[in-house]
Amino acid sequence: MSTIHRDEHAPIFAAFNALLLRDLRVYFRYRGTWLNPLVFVLMVITLFTLGIGPDPSALSNHAAGIIWVVALLGIMLSLDALFRADYDDGSLEQLLLSPQPLYLSVLAKILAHWFITGLPIVLASPLYSLMLGIPFSAVPALAVGLLFGSGILSFIGAIGAALTVSLRSGGLLIALLTLPLYVPAIIFGSQFVESAIEGWPLMPTFSMLLGLLIGAMVLSPLAIIGGLRLSQDV
Amino acid sequence: MASWQWFHRLGSPKWLSGTIDRWLPWVLSAGTLLLIISVVWGLAFTPPDYKQGNSFRIIYIHVPTAVVALAAYYVMAIAGAVSIIWRMKVADMALRAIAPVGAALTFLALITGAIWGKPTWGAYWIWQDARLTSMLILFFLYLGIMALHDAYQDSASGNRAAAIMSLVGTVNIPIIYKSVDWWSSLHQPASLKFTEESTIATEMLQPLLLAIPGAYLFFIAAVMLQLRVQIARSEKNTQWMAERSGL
Repeated sequence: MSTIHRDEHAPIFAAFNALLLRDLRVYFRYRGTWLNPLVFVLMVITLFTLGIGPDPSALSNHAAGIIWVVALLGIMLSLDALFRADYDDGSLEQLLLSPQPLYLSVLAKILAHWFITGLPIVLASPLYSLMLGIPFSAVPALAVGLLFGSGILSFIGAIGAALTVSLRSGGLLIALLTLPLYVPAIIFGSQFVESAIEGWPLMPTFSMLLGLLIGAMVLSPLAIIGGLRLSQDV
Repeated sequence: MASWQWFHRLGSPKWLSGTIDRWLPWVLSAGTLLLIISVVWGLAFTPPDYKQGNSFRIIYIHVPTAVVALAAYYVMAIAGAVSIIWRMKVADMALRAIAPVGAALTFLALITGAIWGKPTWGAYWIWQDARLTSMLILFFLYLGIMALHDAYQDSASGNRAAAIMSLVGTVNIPIIYKSVDWWSSLHQPASLKFTEESTIATEMLQPLLLAIPGAYLFFIAAVMLQLRVQIARSEKNTQWMAERSGL
């Protein structure tokens, strides 16, 4: 215990910023990390339209559900990588042993990952509206809904990623664990898009989404930290 | 601390094993008896419903399984919390024992609900009923926890992962239920109203009041049987287990 000397003067967010920048730098070195989820989303939307048929009214009727399920899958599949590299090279162990508050470290890692996977999916909202025939007036609402929603998806999905990080094959298991927990997010998220398309009041669903995001942000790191500790037996 | 003795005793697999041996026959026979009485009473001696005819009688299987399936999740989550806080071996065994029983009960509740739905609603499955959808999600949560158990080669890590997951699910179940409720009420056509349960007649209620404790006892007995397997598996190298098996 006495060997750990915590620098009393280091601001509490120094580690947060350092970790955030380091993760972003690592992600930016590989184009695939931000490009692959986005391409996945666009491809699955294309497949959906091919499956449903070219009728524009049928497509825009189902647009909200399609966009949300696809965004959810894209983010979830990318989350397998959230802690894996750090687990493999031992930096996760250092993170857990460091005297910095783990809550902030986990927050930094999820935020960096969201910048790379969630944000591109949000920014591509105008494309979805073109592909699925959503009126352009609904695009800002679609983007805002996805902005908050993708955060919820990242936080909840990170629980699954943390609980399976020490397993060789995490991918499908993450899906089994987190998909049931995604139910509220997908209900309110697609409701939000639908309200925007139909011109209904947006505030009620928006406050639900915001509430879910805050709840996920506060509570999910507890489970994530538990999962990470268990992967290192500390 | 004499008042905590019962709690510390719970942590001993040996004590638990002996208790199960003593209680299992009683719990199992009482549960079976209650279930047989209530089902025979409900199927043969209650008057038919004026609207649903005889099809309502599946209530005597459906409601008890659904009630116990939901309660089982909370019992499992409490076991998970105990396992995380006190690192109690028996709590891990309980979590492992409850998950498959709870999943089976949820499955039964879903199947009987679907069978009941066909004559009443005209379809085996409708998404307008929030309870159906939330039970399905509950079933998936059980399966996820079982999959997490199985995925870990090291059973200690698997236990901790499943305990964390069961607590995550506990926080989420009310949120899931409320959001599904809202979602289905937004889409629900006005012609469908399901209010039978609040206005149930006394003659129909009496067997149900027997069936629910019967299902609870049956659940406890099934968990005891599962626990026995878990104890035997984790304590197979101890002296007392060898003596118990007569080796």
